[in-house]
Amino acid sequence: MVDNLLEIRDLAVEFGTDIGTTYALREVSFDVPRGKVTAIVGESGSGKSVTANCIMRLIQSPGRITGGQIHFSPNDVTAYDIAALPDKDPRLLDLRGGSVSMVFQEPMTALSPVYTVGNQVAEAILCHRKVSKEEALEEAADMLRLVGIDDVGRRIHQYPFEFSGGMRQRVVIAMALVCHPQLLICDEPTTALDVTIQAEILTLIRDLQKDLNNSVLFITHDLGVVAQMADQVVVMYQGRVLEVGSVRQVLKTPVHPYTRGLLAAIPGLATKGERLATIASVVGDADLITPHPLVTLADGRQVSLPSDQLAALELANG
Amino acid sequence: MRAYVIKRVFGMIPTLILISGLIFIVIQLPPGDIVTSTLDRMQSQGLEVSAEAVANLRAQYNLDQPLLIQYVRWIGGFLIGDMGYSYLFTRPVSELVWERLGYTLMITVSSLIFTWAIAIPAGIYSAVRQYSFVDYLITTIMLVGLATPSFLLALMAMYAGYELFGISIGGLFSPEYRDAPWSFAKLMDFLSHLWIPMVVLGLGGTASTMRILRANLLDELSKPYVVTARAKGVKPLKLLFKYPLRIAINPFISTIGLLMPALISGEAIVSIVLGLPTIGPALIQALIAQDMYLAGSFLMLLAVLTVLGMLLSDLLLAWADPRIRYE
Ligand SMILES: Nc1ncnc2c1ncn2[C@@H]1O[C@H](COP(=O)(O)OP(=O)(O)OP(=O)(O)O)[C@@H](O)[C@H]1O
Ligand SMILES: [Mg+2]
Repeated sequence: MVDNLLEIRDLAVEFGTDIGTTYALREVSFDVPRGKVTAIVGESGSGKSVTANCIMRLIQSPGRITGGQIHFSPNDVTAYDIAALPDKDPRLLDLRGGSVSMVFQEPMTALSPVYTVGNQVAEAILCHRKVSKEEALEEAADMLRLVGIDDVGRRIHQYPFEFSGGMRQRVVIAMALVCHPQLLICDEPTTALDVTIQAEILTLIRDLQKDLNNSVLFITHDLGVVAQMADQVVVMYQGRVLEVGSVRQVLKTPVHPYTRGLLAAIPGLATKGERLATIASVVGDADLITPHPLVTLADGRQVSLPSDQLAALELANG
Repeated sequence: MRAYVIKRVFGMIPTLILISGLIFIVIQLPPGDIVTSTLDRMQSQGLEVSAEAVANLRAQYNLDQPLLIQYVRWIGGFLIGDMGYSYLFTRPVSELVWERLGYTLMITVSSLIFTWAIAIPAGIYSAVRQYSFVDYLITTIMLVGLATPSFLLALMAMYAGYELFGISIGGLFSPEYRDAPWSFAKLMDFLSHLWIPMVVLGLGGTASTMRILRANLLDELSKPYVVTARAKGVKPLKLLFKYPLRIAINPFISTIGLLMPALISGEAIVSIVLGLPTIGPALIQALIAQDMYLAGSFLMLLAVLTVLGMLLSDLLLAWADPRIRYE
C-alpha cells in the first residue's frame, strides 16, 4: 500500500469574478500520510480552506480546479485522481462523508435547525450504507457517546439549538467520524469556540485520531495548536506552499523566511520586551511574490526559495 | 405543542370581539343609514313615504334602538348564523354570504395553487442556477408580471378570449347555467370559466412569490449547514429539498393567513371587470348602499377567516420549525 493516503500535485484553483480572476491556489503540492496529523498553516486568504474543499470537491462556481492532481489511495486496489472525477461521478458521493469527511469552523450554523441531531448524524450513515433507520440511529448514538455527549438517549432527539457551541462541535465531529473515514479534515474547528472548550475539542480530535488511526488534515493559523496536534506541517502563503516538513523541522528550525516570520509573530515565543515582528519586516516582499519551485532538501523537508538562498542552505547543511 | 395550540385558539377570542366592535363602529360612521338612503332613492323617483312607514322601517332594522343593543343583536344573530336581511339584494344575508364566500374561496384556492405551481419551481430554478440565462429570463418576465396590474390582465384576457376564441369570458357560468341547479354539466361549465380568474389572479402573486422564494433560497444555499450536508454525501436533489428549501419555504407558511384579505381586496377590481359573483364587488355595493347587515357580515366573515388563517399558519409553522415550537 502507498504510504500516502493523498498526494496533491501542482493543484491550481481560480475564481472568476466580475473584477478579474483570483488565483486561489497555484502549484500546491504536498502529501497526507496515513495515520498521521498534517497541519496546514497560513494567514487568512492563503488558500487553506480552498485546498480542503478541493479534496472533497466542494469548490463551486465561480471557482474551479484548473490544474493538478489529487491522488487518493483509500486501499490497496483503488486509487484515483479526485481532481479529475466528473461532477456526476458516483465515487464523489462515496468520497464525501464516506472516506473523507470534514469538520467546519462554525458549529453554530453547521447543522440544520429543523432536524434532530440524531437524524442528521444517522443520515451520514444512511448515505453510505444500506442499513435501517433504527440501526443507523443506534450507531449514531454510539458515536455521540464516543465524542463525549452525555445522556445520548434523550439528546439524540433534541435539535441543534438545544446544544451549546462546544457540544454542537462534538456532534459535527461525530457526524464526520460515523462512517469511519480514512481522512478527517478539520477546518479551523475551534476558532469559533471559547478558549477552555477549544482545548477540549483539540484533545478530543487528537485522542480519536490515535484510537481510530485515521489521517487528519488540520487547518489552523495558530502555530501553538500545530505544535500540540500535528506530525507534519504545510506552510501556505497566497495560494502557494512555501515549506513542508515535520513539526520539529518546521517549528524548531524553519528554513523559509516566511515561516520564521510566522514564528516570530507569535506573542508567546517572542522574548519579553522585544517588539512583535510583523511578517513583512522579516521577509522581503519581493521574495514572497516571485514563485519558486518546491525543492526537497537533504533532511527530507521541502521548501520554495530562490536558487541563491537554496545554494546557501545546501552549503550550510553540508 | 398542545399548550401552544390551546393558547393560540383562546387568544383568538378577544381579537375577534375587538374586530367585531370595530367593524360595527366603522359601518355606523357615515352619516345616514339604510333607511335614509332608501328614502332618498324613493323620493328621487317621486314616491311619497309616510312618517309611519319610515318608523316601521327603522323598527324593522332595529335602528330605533341604542347602538349597544343593535351591536349585541347583530353579533348575537351572527353567532347563530342569522345575519339579517339584505335590502340591496332582497335576500337573507346568510344565503348571499355563503354563496359568494364559496365562489371566492374556490377562486382564491385555485389561484393560490396556480401561483405556487409556477412560482415555486421557477424560484428554485432561478436560485440554483443564479445568473444563468434562464435565471435572467425568469426574473425579467416576473418583473414585468409584478408591474402589470391584474385588472389590466383581466381586460387583456377578456379581449383575447373574445378575439381569438369568439367567447365572452365574463362571469363564472354561461348564461344558460347561471340559475340552473347544480349538475355535472354545470360543474364542467363552471370549471371552464374558472381558469380565467385563476390565471389572472394567480399571476399577480406569482411574480412576488417567485422573487421571495428565490431570495430566501439564495440566502439558505450559502449557509454552512448546506455545505455540511453536501460534505456528508447527501445526493444533490435530496440535499436541495431536505436542507435549504425546507427552510426557505417557511416564510410562505406564515403568509397563508394573510392571503384572504389580500386576495379579496385585490380581487374586487378584477371581479368587477370579469363580472364574478364573489365577495369583493358585493362588498363595495353594500358599503355604497349602506346595507349594514350585508357589509358587516362580509367584513366579519373576512375577519374570522383571516384570524383562522393566521391560526392555521402559526400552527403549521410551529409544526414545520422546531425553533418556534420550543420558543
Ligand atoms: N467563493 C469565492 N469567490 C471568490 N474568491 C474566493 C472564494 N473563496 C475563496 N476565494 C479566494 O481564495 C483565496 C483563498 O481563500 P481561503 O478561504 O482558502 O483562505 P483561508 O486560508 O482558508 O483563509 P481563512 O484563514 O481566512 O479561512 C482568497 O484569496 C479568496 O479571495
Ligand atoms: Mg478558511
